[in-house]
Amino acid sequence: MLTTILFYVYASVLVGAALGVVLSKNPVHAALFLVLAFFTSAVLWLLLEAEFLGVVLVLVYVGAVMVLFLFVVMMLDINPATLREGFTKHAPLGALVALIMIAEIGYVVWAKHLGFDLSGAAPAAAAGYSNTKALGAVLYTDYLLPFQLAAVVLLVAIVAAIVLTMRHRPGHKVQDISAQVHVRRADRVRIVKVESARRP
Amino acid sequence: MIGLPHFLLLAGVLFSIAVAGVFLNRKNLIVLLMCIELMLLAVNFNFIAFSHWLGDLNGQVFVFFILTVAAAESAIGLAILVVLFRERRGINVDDLDTMRG
Repeated sequence: MLTTILFYVYASVLVGAALGVVLSKNPVHAALFLVLAFFTSAVLWLLLEAEFLGVVLVLVYVGAVMVLFLFVVMMLDINPATLREGFTKHAPLGALVALIMIAEIGYVVWAKHLGFDLSGAAPAAAAGYSNTKALGAVLYTDYLLPFQLAAVVLLVAIVAAIVLTMRHRPGHKVQDISAQVHVRRADRVRIVKVESARRP
Repeated sequence: MIGLPHFLLLAGVLFSIAVAGVFLNRKNLIVLLMCIELMLLAVNFNFIAFSHWLGDLNGQVFVFFILTVAAAESAIGLAILVVLFRERRGINVDDLDTMRG
């Protein structure tokens, strides 16, 4: 009973937050609505006994990705009014497509003749079951290579983001380490003979 | 009683809202990226719900990898967005027509 109430409360908050992301005028408000959507999704994942992923969603998405979004939104000087052109023109088409998709997905999901019925409650995990421990046991044995490839993907993303946004402004003073290493003694030191002054 | 269809329908509604958002905000590149994040979240909902009801942990491992790739995708997407803003002084999608003959 409590699960049912929690599901409906958080599902309605989640759908409202998603509508807020789509419909809000200001990109900052959209980003904050997306943060709310991620928080409520984390709660719903906790209801599904995916504790590790719920916490990771809050840490990685709310903590890193959405902060990046907010940072970029606030850094760019954009005029929200010009970005709303065509909003009302495309609104009926967008709403129609969304309603058709919801009807189709709902029909498929609620179909009873597909041969399997999972509408009952799922079997609860045993006492002392650790979701994180079980996930780690699978991740570091069966999925070891994909796990390392995921790390490579993140590394490539870091390098790509830095390379894309780095710019060389004229007059910008930076160290040229190659030139520093390749310098010879003759480039820097000049020995001069100076005649010593004579006493008149 | 909350069953699997409830969660699948919730994910479907979330995905449809995100698709409608792509239709509505076709000028604003930042909101387009946010809509992609919402779609990935809906897909993750499906994976976790099936993983819970079928008792199979592999679905959660897939969600883990989707989260990784989505984080990389949004980082690179925002970097491209910043470069685009520097070049064109705006983030209008219609400005991205350099490749058009």
